[in-house]
Amino acid sequence: MSRFLVNHLSAMSRLCRVTVLRPLLTPSTTQVRFQTTDIKHRDRLIQKELGIARYVGMKTVYSADIETCTVVPNHTPLPVYQVLDNEGCVHDTDQLSLSNQEVLDIYKQMVTLTLMDKLLYDAQRHGRISFYMACTGEEAIHFGSSAGLSHEDMVYAQYREAGVLMYRGFSPEECMNQCTGNVLDLGKARQMPVHYGSRKLNYQHISSPLGTQIPQAPGTAYAFKLQGANKCVCVFFGDGSASEGDCHAAMNFATTLQCPVLFFCRNNGYAISTPATEQYAGDGIAMRAIGYGMEAVRVDGNDLFAVYNAVKHYRERAVTENAPFLIEAMTYRVGHHSTSDDWKAYRYENEVHELGLNSCPVKRVKLFLIKQGLWTSEEDEDFIQQTRSTLIQTLEKAERQPKPGLDSLFTDVYDKIPSNLIDQRNEITNHIRKYPNEYPKHYQ
Amino acid sequence: MQRLTSSLKYVSKFYKLDQLRPLIIQICSASTDLNFHKSVPPKDAGETKEMNLVQSLSHTMDIAMERDPSMIVFGEDVAFGGVFRCTLGLRDKYGKDRVFNTPLSEQGIIAFGIGVAAGGSTAMAEIQFADYIFPGFDQIVNEASKFRYRSGGQFDCGKLVVRAPYGAVGHGAHYHSQSPEAYFAHTAGLKVVIPRGPLQAKGLLLSSFADDNPVFFFEPKRLYRAATDMIPIGDWRIPLGEAEVVRQGRDVTLVAWGRQLHTMLDAADMARDQLDVECEVIDLQTILPWDTETIFKSVRSTGRLIISHEAPLTGGFAGEIASTVQEACFLSLEAPIQRVCGWDTPFPHIQEPVYMPDRLRCFEAIKKVIADS
Repeated sequence: MSRFLVNHLSAMSRLCRVTVLRPLLTPSTTQVRFQTTDIKHRDRLIQKELGIARYVGMKTVYSADIETCTVVPNHTPLPVYQVLDNEGCVHDTDQLSLSNQEVLDIYKQMVTLTLMDKLLYDAQRHGRISFYMACTGEEAIHFGSSAGLSHEDMVYAQYREAGVLMYRGFSPEECMNQCTGNVLDLGKARQMPVHYGSRKLNYQHISSPLGTQIPQAPGTAYAFKLQGANKCVCVFFGDGSASEGDCHAAMNFATTLQCPVLFFCRNNGYAISTPATEQYAGDGIAMRAIGYGMEAVRVDGNDLFAVYNAVKHYRERAVTENAPFLIEAMTYRVGHHSTSDDWKAYRYENEVHELGLNSCPVKRVKLFLIKQGLWTSEEDEDFIQQTRSTLIQTLEKAERQPKPGLDSLFTDVYDKIPSNLIDQRNEITNHIRKYPNEYPKHYQ
Repeated sequence: MQRLTSSLKYVSKFYKLDQLRPLIIQICSASTDLNFHKSVPPKDAGETKEMNLVQSLSHTMDIAMERDPSMIVFGEDVAFGGVFRCTLGLRDKYGKDRVFNTPLSEQGIIAFGIGVAAGGSTAMAEIQFADYIFPGFDQIVNEASKFRYRSGGQFDCGKLVVRAPYGAVGHGAHYHSQSPEAYFAHTAGLKVVIPRGPLQAKGLLLSSFADDNPVFFFEPKRLYRAATDMIPIGDWRIPLGEAEVVRQGRDVTLVAWGRQLHTMLDAADMARDQLDVECEVIDLQTILPWDTETIFKSVRSTGRLIISHEAPLTGGFAGEIASTVQEACFLSLEAPIQRVCGWDTPFPHIQEPVYMPDRLRCFEAIKKVIADS
């Protein structure tokens, strides 16, 4: 074995512990090789030992060989954990941990989400809602992670995880109340569409600024830990958000303060138009965990079962060990970033087919169900047709609901409304009375 | 002179203040030096104990932590007591899970505090200097302030209090002297509180912990060990959002907060002694949301208003007060409203004595509003 290869492998064994998913993965030759190399590496160090090197928080050895003191980047990227392939086949049936009924229920929700995405996207194009962000291609992440968490666990989501909320019981009707900004929206029609949230479902409201909620998650997790609540926090973010300073602060706080939190990175390849190749130079997001002293796993984000297994496994460990973990789910953003974006301006159609549509997470589950004899193409068509027509009616109903009155502009800024806001509310009320035809009707 | 003041302050960390006070008063006679005006607790406040600002703050946090088992205290170096020793003894009493150091990241500290509060516990985050709060600005402006509003009242981070030392100390230069209150006062959803001494620190900080909104509590660090008040040792509070008329007067209204209030009192003394002018001195105490009525009432009676703060003139909170008062009290005004503030420069080092809105500049403003009317 060449000197370079030994060094490279030993660095890898230090950096990426492939034993992370031991309960999930069967022992592989790779794992054994790494363990062997680790011992060789240690032997080499001991041979060259010049004495114990002590620093604050560190005890190691001195070495006269610069190579043994060098960390090299990971030339072989971390593999991607997969259970279910593109054709709906399961590699190892022992790793199937969702029941048939659970898979079927999740599949129906996945289809509902894709149909709702299409409907609301078109609704925005027709001017019926102001904005929309579809999740197309990332459905397995939503349902796999949500199924792997406890409903009591707090979720800080970004804006492309509607399925997480849907799995917890948020109805398409509630989504549409939010997107149309009607009086029934739990957020009182204050935010742009897709900024959902629900106290009842332990799902924090979406915040547009990217990455800001990543370092809040360890705070909430720390509070849960001290309360003995036996629950964790799961925070979602993209490959772009991972570049924000917030992400660094979050991981550093979570590891030093031992917070039961799952950092869930949806690596979908794009931050609006910026591809992952221009976002970072290292091996994705998972490898960063090593620098913080945290375990990480890279999973196929288009594989419902892989995401579920990883989240379920780390969720239990986070709660029992009071420790943070990082999950990097590899996926592809099939649609535009938002309705204000046009992906044709920065990527080719064949890429979208090759990396996105061919590996469609919903199709995989459908093929799996059909193979198992749990679902048929006819049932699928009926379900799609029925769901689509229900969703159309739901949207029309949401649009017919009135918009909130003036009060919701001034309440909830503080717990109690201060005098300056009372004055300002009176001022705008009187002003609207003066020009009743110049302002939307629901303010009358 | 400056160097001497600084050295004295350093020495005062190790010696009892009372031993040094005669010396300080004797040496520090420049117009920018602190002349602390003591406060007296109300008669019904119960048993009292003499404390400086640092002692008052740690005493108040102690009371709050004892009462609220969910409260945690964290920030850079707070475990051993903090660089100003405001959290001294808390770790020993409440353990390392409740009083702990964080990594060096203000962005992370504020975000962590928001998360703790959103998770149902009480978060007391310390930012080592207000000058270093800006990495957390996004968290404050886009997150803490909008947490309740954007969720339709479903979630909030009202159990968050952020403490930070602010203001001039004689040698702090650009990055250990700034008064950033106006940045935060421009953000709906926050409360901004500044005490003028140990007594107010106790009353206002206890109220901040009880308040169900994110509170930013800026402490005049020049006063940390400079002076003492008699502090009620029980649950004694000053309501947020209320200004205090510290001294009544018929001729001119002077408004300030924090350490600057003492400079205004000095100027009021000079006006009384040299001009026979009676100034009404008001401590705003809560910068956001601020008590307009107390100021309006005073200005309607005196007809003259001077506002003073250490922060630069342009965009400072004095501008907000001046504008609101002229709108509400225009017909009562007998002279243009004056602002006595720091200059529109970065906070300087050697030039600090000429940067500061000192008692002489405040006194000149009093002469001007009297002469103009």
